[in-house]
Amino acid sequence: MSSRAKVGKQKNIGTNRSLMSRIIRDRQLYLILIPFLLYYIIFVYKPMGGILIAFKDYSVYKGIADSPWVGLKYFEQFFNGEYFVRLLRNTSLISLYTIIFSFPAPLILALLLNEVRHAKFKSAIQTCTYLPHFISAVVIAGLVTNFLAPSNGLINNIIRMFGGESIYFLTKPEYFRTIYILMNIWTEVGYGSIVYIAAISAIDMQLYEACEIDGGNRFTKMWHVTLPGILPTIVTLFIIAIGGFLNVGYEKIILLYQPATYETADIISTYVYRIGIEQANYSMSTAVNLFNSVIGFILVSMANYISNKVNDTGLW
Amino acid sequence: MKKKFTLFDVINYALLTALAVVTIYPLIYIVAASFSSVEHINLGDVWFYPKGFTTSAYGKVFEREGIWMAYLNSFFYMFVGTAVCLAVTICGAYPLSKKRLAGRRLINIFVVFTMWFSAGVVPTFLNFKSLGLLNSRFGYIIGFACAAYNFILLRTYFASIPESLEEAAMIDGASDFYIMTRIFVPLALPSLATIALFYAVDKWNGYLWAMILITDDTKLPLQVVLKKLIVDMSGKMDNVAFGVDTSNMYSEETVMYATMVFAILPMLVLYPFVQRYFVKGVMLGAVKG
Repeated sequence: MSSRAKVGKQKNIGTNRSLMSRIIRDRQLYLILIPFLLYYIIFVYKPMGGILIAFKDYSVYKGIADSPWVGLKYFEQFFNGEYFVRLLRNTSLISLYTIIFSFPAPLILALLLNEVRHAKFKSAIQTCTYLPHFISAVVIAGLVTNFLAPSNGLINNIIRMFGGESIYFLTKPEYFRTIYILMNIWTEVGYGSIVYIAAISAIDMQLYEACEIDGGNRFTKMWHVTLPGILPTIVTLFIIAIGGFLNVGYEKIILLYQPATYETADIISTYVYRIGIEQANYSMSTAVNLFNSVIGFILVSMANYISNKVNDTGLW
Repeated sequence: MKKKFTLFDVINYALLTALAVVTIYPLIYIVAASFSSVEHINLGDVWFYPKGFTTSAYGKVFEREGIWMAYLNSFFYMFVGTAVCLAVTICGAYPLSKKRLAGRRLINIFVVFTMWFSAGVVPTFLNFKSLGLLNSRFGYIIGFACAAYNFILLRTYFASIPESLEEAAMIDGASDFYIMTRIFVPLALPSLATIALFYAVDKWNGYLWAMILITDDTKLPLQVVLKKLIVDMSGKMDNVAFGVDTSNMYSEETVMYATMVFAILPMLVLYPFVQRYFVKGVMLGAVKG
């Protein structure tokens, strides 16, 4: 690291250019950069200033600057509020189930696909399983809602066919997480497998041949060649998944949950959306979101640090 | 390799086929249901193909007020939005792919940081408000003009184009702008196609910010209109539980299926291209790590 930095410095001295002359030389490149930087400043960084309202009693009439400071009032309110434990529990549980169930699914699919010898069959399966990723959250949620409908939904039709009682799944808190996790696996399993398939295709064929010569069958090949070959990819993705622990997306959840299922379905990000956008409780929403973002950022940074140590490749 | 078809193969092929069927079936079902008569949906005996074939649901979709407008809006947001995104992303990715650019590392950190930390929904909303961009088509497009992930993909691609091409053009006296537009952008077309598709799919499928920012019915994209339709529907579904009269409901249901088909259609048309380029894009991302 330090030797590289030294080489870099020497190079700069070698080219013998001051910072100013480099900027003048590359002035057109900086001009090209302007729209891009403006976008990031105006629409991404400027709103970050708005995070201040988490520490203020924001009033629409006074604006961000003139609203009175209240310190940590909203954080205290959140931590002591009746929903804090529930939100934290729901968010962690959905994250945990995602890591246990949704995370390995694409890996298993990729390993199974790798054992398929007919190229056409393989690509047909891939074409089918990638497709749901490209369907909008609204349509997916609509599908789920319809399939689970109590009166004439597909699932209940099947239940009734076998003589069971129909269940109104989406109003029952005990089913929500299962529904959500299954829906996510359904939409993402194929798309998620692409990365693993790419990693598998990069494994040296000679390793397989060597394994075969040593008398290995397909299971020993999978266990001793394929899996070790893609282990770095698995570790990286796993660390990213751990890093995103509390960052559960709410796009799909707000389409599926309802007051009857808040008990298990309401997570931090849906709460932020609901009290912020639907109830216009701006300061509280921003405070809760800041809490979530800071924890999320710490987790991602830790994950990245571990990834750099273990795997020698990090996210940054 | 041996060509023997073992028990494992049988199970594996069966499993994968089952998975593919389960994945595709809901889509087959909504197409079948959208062409079925209300009575058959009501009975719940539509499985793989339409029963009591009718196109009346589509007729109702097309008659529905504002649906064409929503469809056009979605196309507008998709095409113009993608074009704007591409332009902005190129403006960022090209200069920042040059190792000689002073401040490059700092700006990269500035951008990548936003992948992991953002202002959140309320401050972003208030920002649009303070800029006077609420309920504005222009605001909805310009406010989401770059995704950091796509920026990284394109920057990586630009960086992989040999520097010698640039040096040769510079010796001929070409400006940076000329080199970018005439040499690097044409060479980066495969990568540009990938990120254009990423953007197009996002724009077509996005509903959340349109719902938050746009209040005028005439400016709403299809996904938001569809969302309202679905929420209306499930509201009526709730009524079933309370025994409220819902004689009108099932005809609405086929209309909803037809609207869904209508909403998925552009993605299905794009899908063959999308599949090819997306796979490339994901692999590019994977190689980058």
